[in-house]
Amino acid sequence: MTTAPPTTASGPGPYDAPAPHGSPGRDTFALGLPARAPLLTRRAWLALISLIVAAGIGVPVCALVLPQSSALHLSAYTMTLTGKLMCYAIAALALDLVWGYCGILSLGHGLFFALGGYAMGMYLMRAIGHDGVYGSSVPDFMVFLNWHTLPWYWQGTQHLWYALLLVVLVPAALAWGFGFFTFRSRVKGVYLSIITQATTFAAMLLFYRNETGFGGNNGFTDFKRIAGFPITHPGTRTVLLLLTFTMLVLSFIGARAIVTSKLGRVVTAVRDGETRLMFLGYSPLGYKLFVWTVSAVLCAIAGALYVPQVGIINPGEMSPGNSIEMAIWVAVGGRGTLIGPIIGAFAVNGAKSVFTAYFAEYWLFFLGLIFVLVPLLLPNGIMGLIGHVMQLVARRRKNG
Amino acid sequence: MHSLTTLAARGGRAALCALVLLGAFAAPAHALDRADVAPLGGDDFDAKSAAIDRLIALHDAASLALLKALADDSVNATDSGEVLIQDADSARDAATGQPVAAAVAANAQPVTLNNLLRSKVAGALSGLQLASPDVDTRRAAIADLLKNPDPAMKPLIDAARAKETDPALKKRLDTLWAMTALHNPDAATRLEAVKLVAARDDLDMYELLRPLVAKSASGAWNEPDARVRAVAQQGIDALNGIQRRSQIVGTLFAGLSLGSVLLLAALGLAITYGLIGVINMAHGEFLMIGAYATYVVQTLFQHYAPGAFDWYPLAAIPASFVVAAAVGIVIERLVIRHLYGRPLETLLTTFGLSLILIQATRMLFGAQNVEVENPSWMSGGVTVMQNLILPYNRIAILAFSLFVVGIAWAVLTKTRLGLFVRAVTQNRRMAACVGVKTARIDSYAFAFGAGIAGLGGCALSQIGNVGPDLGQSYIIDSFMAVVLGGVGQIAGTVIGGFGLGLASKAIEPFWGAVLAKIAVLVLIVLFIQKRPQGLFALKGRSAEA
Repeated sequence: MTTAPPTTASGPGPYDAPAPHGSPGRDTFALGLPARAPLLTRRAWLALISLIVAAGIGVPVCALVLPQSSALHLSAYTMTLTGKLMCYAIAALALDLVWGYCGILSLGHGLFFALGGYAMGMYLMRAIGHDGVYGSSVPDFMVFLNWHTLPWYWQGTQHLWYALLLVVLVPAALAWGFGFFTFRSRVKGVYLSIITQATTFAAMLLFYRNETGFGGNNGFTDFKRIAGFPITHPGTRTVLLLLTFTMLVLSFIGARAIVTSKLGRVVTAVRDGETRLMFLGYSPLGYKLFVWTVSAVLCAIAGALYVPQVGIINPGEMSPGNSIEMAIWVAVGGRGTLIGPIIGAFAVNGAKSVFTAYFAEYWLFFLGLIFVLVPLLLPNGIMGLIGHVMQLVARRRKNG
Repeated sequence: MHSLTTLAARGGRAALCALVLLGAFAAPAHALDRADVAPLGGDDFDAKSAAIDRLIALHDAASLALLKALADDSVNATDSGEVLIQDADSARDAATGQPVAAAVAANAQPVTLNNLLRSKVAGALSGLQLASPDVDTRRAAIADLLKNPDPAMKPLIDAARAKETDPALKKRLDTLWAMTALHNPDAATRLEAVKLVAARDDLDMYELLRPLVAKSASGAWNEPDARVRAVAQQGIDALNGIQRRSQIVGTLFAGLSLGSVLLLAALGLAITYGLIGVINMAHGEFLMIGAYATYVVQTLFQHYAPGAFDWYPLAAIPASFVVAAAVGIVIERLVIRHLYGRPLETLLTTFGLSLILIQATRMLFGAQNVEVENPSWMSGGVTVMQNLILPYNRIAILAFSLFVVGIAWAVLTKTRLGLFVRAVTQNRRMAACVGVKTARIDSYAFAFGAGIAGLGGCALSQIGNVGPDLGQSYIIDSFMAVVLGGVGQIAGTVIGGFGLGLASKAIEPFWGAVLAKIAVLVLIVLFIQKRPQGLFALKGRSAEA
């Protein structure tokens, strides 16, 4: 926040207005907000729209029309990988919203991701119907446990709309409840990070139990169909991939709308000086809760899109390590920017695919090195590096 | 005879005892005859059992020798019903003691016993030792019989009871008698017996008392006399009380033991967190390093000084401290120092460091767990109550954790370094202003915290698996201990560690380990609602606190 000049007695006091307004009567100084940044610049809109068009036409053509022999043909592997990376990108965007803009480093976003995935997985398990190994009306793992009826929380999950509702509501409720209790008692910084990590750890232990009713160790897998379409069919895959892409674009625009709004400014102020903001008369609780809940829901949606494409969800997704990896995607891409986390998610996970395929043993070393070197050498990530280079180029051009 | 008596001391069922007993049971009423022993050669186990009972009732020299031979598997029987005791190269008739012809002995088959009869024979030999003039032999015999009381021993026990003079042994004999008299047809005897059994306060007596208060399938009481039932019920209630108490003590000890482990893991964390405001996610890996240092020291001792193996912890404790502290100081100098003031990034960086350390350990020592052997004085345990054995290694670690807390306390409060550490923890800038070299203090304190974690690893290696992932499982719990206790406070960490350990173990019997963990976590989140700074907060007026 800019330092506020002293207000006179007649001027608007900090208690009159929650957000400082410019007072039109004075032209010596304007106490107010600069104009709201545009949602996207004209060039960015252009680039985004052309990307949408290219993906909207290119993906179906490459996946369905081109023959398998063609070099441009999208194989099932490529589509799964791309879909997975885009889901990770949405999750990274969600994490950036709280970390990059609100200063809350969550090491438990994997929990929301997995909860979304589990809600979707419940529907997918029910959609198997009687085609499971045991041909029973309950999912196979319940047959193992000798359960004959569905537990109460499985009621209604045979409807896709209800599962989608769960995808949004369950993580939202959990995030709101958790956020309410922790933010209210002003838990922040590393304290909060560790508590989020402990939460996802506890949830992982809970989901590993068979009696919890979510398939224990193995989680959900062996899905057959979604909304009546066979789940491994290339057409279904294409639709899912395009849906994920749409979701990614929408969340990007949505996040951009949030961070450029007035609310977004207050959220940024929470990040930069929460105590000072409180002295100015704001209560950060509502702002933090809003961003935190939105972020959790976004993450859950990413998880819900992830499960039908990857075909499995198990409690391993909730392991603390997974959530910490999400943070490194954001750090690598550059937090506090919206394009950064998307780049970071693609870069780190792309590297992971390459490493695990060719030198699996060194992946942990490499990942560890990223964790160590990025905060040391690239505090603002790839986006920071790009900005730095652009500045250099601009200065050269100016001088030369 | 008396010279032999001394030789028989503590000898259990050695052959010498048999000779001793020759004197003890002189002049039997009936001699052993062939009809008594013949069933032993047959196939009917019930008849064999009856024959053994008869041998016990007779308890003369010949029957004793036969029992002894039965226990040694050196009894043969011929088809014509002769029972022979086979010595090294000759055989003699069990009933008459006369040698038999080799031709007869060659045709004899060994007498077979089932497990039930075997224990009966063993019990009988113990029973016969009850009359030994040697106190130790009698004591051992009573102890044997108490483990496995047999109503058939009653005549021997009755005889011994009448003669016993040692008051302690007399008391135990009374119990023994009571255990064999529980099914006596006389209600008054049974009542007396039940009273004695109940008075033993021994959990093994459950099995004897429970049938007395149960009903048989037809709905009738197994024990017809109401007075006997009431006394038995009282005895069962008393035993339940004992069991409950031992459970409580056991839970308490398990909680303290878990707490001591958490304390060792959390103590170093509390110091570095208090000082630098950074959660060191690689802290668990310092535990792991300490454990591996112990492993290396142990292996060196095995190879070069197997004689001094029991003393390897004396070398392993300083080694684990030094190695972990050295790694700590390198990490602080190379990485963490450059991230001061950026706590969240430090969190991620230290996580990366933990990944690197884990992977490096995997490459150096392999991904499998390595085996760290306890020194011999640490194996086994002390029986404090029935059903409750406290393992020595757990006790040692509990003591060790208190020792480490003592060291940390002494360093922080009694040394100049500790003074500086406390000053920097409380107010970094002010400390720098009065000339404390804060950067150097950070290094030392970080190394000290890492070294304490190394000590924790040394302790953990004695009770659990040592593998590359050792540290991962402790980081969350130990941070919870720090949160609970308050940052940068040794007392807080001690209370936090033990509190967490006790709470987890107290909940576990009811909900299971996983739900206990979740419950503890929820409790902590609720707790920091009330006391965001933990139990022991540093008092200050900073708005950012």
